[in-house]
Amino acid sequence: MNADRKTMKLFPHPFLAFILSLLLTGCFRNPSNEVSGNVDGKLSGKITLTGSSTIAPLITEISRRFEEQHPAVRIDVQTGGSGKGIADTRMGIAEIGMASRSLKADEADLITHQIAADGVGLIVHSSNPIKDLTAEQVISIYTNQIQNWKEVGGKEGDITIVHKAEGRATLEVFLNHFEIDNTTVKPDVIVGENEHAIKTVAGTENAIGYVSIGTAEADIAAGVPIRLLPLGGVEASTATVSSGAFPMSRPLNLITTDSPSSLASEFIRYCQSPEVHDLIRSQYFIPVSSEPNVAQ
Amino acid sequence: MSSTQSVKPTRSGQSTHTIRELTAAFSIWLAAGLVMAILAWILIDISIRGLSQINLSFLIDDVTDAGRSGGIGPIILSTILILFVTLSVSVPLSIATAIALTEQLNSESLLARYVRRCLDILAGVPSIVFGLFGNAFFTITLGLGYSILSGGLTLSCMVLPILIRTAEQAINSVPLEHRHAAAALGMSRSTTLFRVILPAAAPALAAGIVLSIGRALAETAALIFTSGYVARTPESLFDSGRSLSVHIYDLAMNVPNGGARAYAAACVLVAMLLVINETTALLLKFAGLGSTPHAGGCR
Amino acid sequence: MSRNDLILKIISRVSALLSAAVVLLILRFLIHEATPALREIGLYRFLTDPSWHPLSGNFNLKPMIVATLVTSLGAVLIAGPLGIASGLFVHFYAPPALATWHRRIVEILAGIPSVVFGLWGLVVLAPIIANLGGSGQNLLTATVVLGLMVLPTVAVLSDNAVAAVPREAIQGAAALGMSRWATVWNIVLPESRSGIVAGIILALTRAFGETMAVLMLAGNVVEMPTSLLSPGRTLNANIALELGYASTSHRSVLFVSGLILMLVVSVMVTVISRRRRTTQ
Repeated sequence: MNADRKTMKLFPHPFLAFILSLLLTGCFRNPSNEVSGNVDGKLSGKITLTGSSTIAPLITEISRRFEEQHPAVRIDVQTGGSGKGIADTRMGIAEIGMASRSLKADEADLITHQIAADGVGLIVHSSNPIKDLTAEQVISIYTNQIQNWKEVGGKEGDITIVHKAEGRATLEVFLNHFEIDNTTVKPDVIVGENEHAIKTVAGTENAIGYVSIGTAEADIAAGVPIRLLPLGGVEASTATVSSGAFPMSRPLNLITTDSPSSLASEFIRYCQSPEVHDLIRSQYFIPVSSEPNVAQ
Repeated sequence: MSSTQSVKPTRSGQSTHTIRELTAAFSIWLAAGLVMAILAWILIDISIRGLSQINLSFLIDDVTDAGRSGGIGPIILSTILILFVTLSVSVPLSIATAIALTEQLNSESLLARYVRRCLDILAGVPSIVFGLFGNAFFTITLGLGYSILSGGLTLSCMVLPILIRTAEQAINSVPLEHRHAAAALGMSRSTTLFRVILPAAAPALAAGIVLSIGRALAETAALIFTSGYVARTPESLFDSGRSLSVHIYDLAMNVPNGGARAYAAACVLVAMLLVINETTALLLKFAGLGSTPHAGGCR
Repeated sequence: MSRNDLILKIISRVSALLSAAVVLLILRFLIHEATPALREIGLYRFLTDPSWHPLSGNFNLKPMIVATLVTSLGAVLIAGPLGIASGLFVHFYAPPALATWHRRIVEILAGIPSVVFGLWGLVVLAPIIANLGGSGQNLLTATVVLGLMVLPTVAVLSDNAVAAVPREAIQGAAALGMSRWATVWNIVLPESRSGIVAGIILALTRAFGETMAVLMLAGNVVEMPTSLLSPGRTLNANIALELGYASTSHRSVLFVSGLILMLVVSVMVTVISRRRRTTQ
């Protein structure tokens, strides 16, 4: 395998690797990563997906249903982040990658297949009386020109700015929408996952943050003390994202090389079909009307 | 306090001694109390949030709806298998290394110093780096794929420093007379080691093993990249299997509304740890090796 | 030398070398991954750039090195005294039944996943510390929780080290009428010193390597911390936070933080073991 040879360079003592593996494992075999596509009109084989931890729970559910329909198929879903999914797909370690962001310019050799969308909304603590923020106010808050809720019509209190780590998809969507340069943002807390942002805002009365709308809705329903703020007069909810009225959202993508196997294409087509819309909604994401863009 | 009789006030004029004695006893009781209180706090916090979710079907059912419903049956099995691989590789390797460091090599020799230095550095490698390394080496270079085997091997690299340090201490703590007596009987070095030293060191060895089981059970980042995320029941060691800690992380930080289930899984993890510790203690008792190392003398 | 002895000798030495080889393999892996960034950017800029915005071409790691040192050393300052005290407690102060329970509790503490510690810190501890100002996610919160996490390492190794003190020494002290604390201070602690120090080093390195809990609690803002209440990001939290979405070049930069972390750990370990050898 091409990928094997490439990573072998990492450990230029094949002998050492061999001895180690013998001593450590006694015996080993190569896992069958091969895909055998259509046999007698029945799908069979095994495919591996890696990538975004945001998408992984959804794909796990979809693949379980797919496996029920095609008992000879096995789909292994792994995580490790969008970056890992893209790298693994490129190297052929995984047939399909999962990325919760759009591809960058240097990743144009790969093909994206959007399966769902995820809105990004601003959240504050539920005790915060603020009704609405204009785009200018949001920009001023995040660039530290406004430091107190009083200045935007709230009650007295220093604003705690919850921001995301560099590279995160929600961060990029947020920065692009408000046209903020990340180097000018002066955050008080930087978080990674959506749940982390929500727990931070829920525990800090004067905090503001931005997270996946689906996740926020699920947590609000479960009684977490946070509130979604409308954006430009549009209420932040999965419904408004779905109708296209809400402006901030990110795509949830599956990624392949330009020649996916027939099983992989079949699985992607299934992920984009209306048959799985209930699963997408149950994971708090938004189904997109699918344009069948899978090769063959 | 059953053991106060050993403190004998020597002379009435030594009140500073008594004060120092009391202060020391007070601080140590305070520190120990603090440790127990904080742990109790954490444990109670976990149980309050999680225990209500646990029943038999939670322990044996498959994972459904990303973990928000169903159970954690396959995940418990994967966790046990990963632990099994980890221990069966790391325990022999680290005991052998500890033997080399204590019995075979002069502790100031170049090799011993080099090995120790390496182990100290190994202990400081972030778990996510272990994960990425395990991914590159075990899953790709050695071709093991995302599998329980890869995960177990990565974890065994990770627990090596703890295991070797504790094993070294355990072997060092065997009184010199044991060795002298064995030598006087004309026993060879290896016979002495296996018949005298290792059995005498067993309780302390077990303490180290229990500590590294805890470390292995608690590990998340290293396993996401190696043993993987698949929540199906594993059929062999070459299958990918999600561990309990990965499941807890996923539910707590990634799956909306998964909090209560995360705490429930954490309760199961703590219970598993308790069972393992209890079994180890019982096994040691059964083997007639005493349940815990003790200094004695002062009781 | 009998044949068995020879086999034992070979097996144990090969094992020792194998254990050490793991470090070299990991180092090689890190260097391999970090090379593109090092070649393009050079090590120097990681210390002199104005800020950490890797996507905008700023790569200053210095605040993270400071945050890493502060949280890890702070954690050991907390875990060290508590751990040694708990090692002494089970041997000299606790009634046997309580000693057994104490040991068990410490062992459980060792097995709690860092994400659970992180959750506890986030939901319970951070709101308490937030009373001192801010969101409660700062270096102090991270240090306290990190201290709890490495406590079992110090406690178990101290316990073992105290157990290794020859019984005669303690009985001798008792025969001389020495009080309990005098025995502990003059005989037990000096005798078990090297074992306890080994435990502390292990705890320190463990604190350096911990990721998830620190990531959840430290606030992660990359700025030179001015007090324990300012947020900070550690080197390994940096990898975990940004790796997920990183593209190829960004990824390589993140591995430099891993490499620098290993460098910091090696320097610390070398300094401590030097000092230990010279003072002995």
